Amino acid sequence: MCLAVPARIVELHDCTATISVDGILRDVDVSLIEEPRLGDYVLVHAGFAIHRWDQSEVEELQAIRAATDLRETIT
Amino acid sequence: MKTLVTNIEEQARQVGRDLRFMEVCGTHTMAAFRSGLRQLLPDSVRLISGPGCPVCVTDPSYLDAAIELCRRPGVIVATFGDLVRVPGTDSSLERERASGASVRIVYSASDALVLARECPSKHVVFLGVGFETTAPTVAWAIWRAARDGLRNFSVLCAHKTMPRAMDMLARDPAMRIDGFICPGHVSVITGTQIYRFICERYWIPCVVSGFEAWDILKSVGMLLRQIAEGRAEVENEYSRSVSEYGNRAALELMNEVFEPCDDVWRGIGTIPGSGLGIREKYERFNAAKVLEVKFTEAHVNPLCRCGSVLRGISTPLDCRLFGHPCSPAHPIGPCMVSSEGACAAYYKYERVVA
Repeated sequence: MCLAVPARIVELHDCTATISVDGILRDVDVSLIEEPRLGDYVLVHAGFAIHRWDQSEVEELQAIRAATDLRETIT
Repeated sequence: MKTLVTNIEEQARQVGRDLRFMEVCGTHTMAAFRSGLRQLLPDSVRLISGPGCPVCVTDPSYLDAAIELCRRPGVIVATFGDLVRVPGTDSSLERERASGASVRIVYSASDALVLARECPSKHVVFLGVGFETTAPTVAWAIWRAARDGLRNFSVLCAHKTMPRAMDMLARDPAMRIDGFICPGHVSVITGTQIYRFICERYWIPCVVSGFEAWDILKSVGMLLRQIAEGRAEVENEYSRSVSEYGNRAALELMNEVFEPCDDVWRGIGTIPGSGLGIREKYERFNAAKVLEVKFTEAHVNPLCRCGSVLRGISTPLDCRLFGHPCSPAHPIGPCMVSSEGACAAYYKYERVVA
């Protein structure tokens, strides 16, 4: 239930924003994060952005995803 | 990845005894099963699932109350999808909906507010279930409803918080927990500091972990290293999302709307100070008060072992109902219903098909 997904803000409205998760668009509330900006990566849980990621944090996730290949370890 | 596993094996050998690490987050449970990383760990390191799935720890009497509400004329029950299939004493929200009751699945608490605005002649009750990750979003909905003077919206509140539950588990000598893998998204809100007392009081190391298989393996390695070096500290593996003091705006909002209260956890019982109740100031959004909800003792299948599964004492395989008759298609206990429940995870990934 505490699932949260990283998403990018592609449109900013008042206290909501349109986010893109792998190309799928959705409106979420951004009142729980400070100064949301266009292009920011945010962590989204239950229709709310709960954290804003810095560029370095985004890069860390991408590196982890690239490094994670369990099949390789098993074979 | 390979290096991580080799390091873990080496450190486990160095520690030289059996270790039990508890993850207290349903999303960790699922990630660990789905990725198959449990098979990569040495035999002496066991991952056990704790009460980290909010749906699973919700007391059945709460579900009975929600079911009673959805049968009332003029009431719409709005809920996250996870809850609708959980059986109460003699029905579920899903079954009620099939027979015509007003149960709506929403994606967020703010969708429930929109629903209330769209249906002014109905009263919308949102089922507030979830840990610290979810509670601020529901606090926001209540705060907003108060600001806008909404009259037909309320929350049946059963939000729970992690620290007191972990305290209880850490204190229980039968549990023998050697380390906690702390919930990553709860910690985004609360910060890492809420776990400090566990290290100080019980000398149990804690690592806040992310949700990729790599994160969880790394966290296991960090716990092992703490044990090998005789340390018990809160370490943060998920620093890309989690800070020491968390999300200030979310915490302020939660504190504005909610106050700590005693709460009943399914299979565990009442844990003092482990729940969030709606403050008196926002009383008119408290469904239990405004709709005079009565909570009565629920009856559940006495063979169901969800209670001890949630405390990590039994595994789902110890339950006589597991697999047949209890399965994801016909769940009897909440750990089988929720996609993040330990029983559902075992059913999907560890069941030996005869």
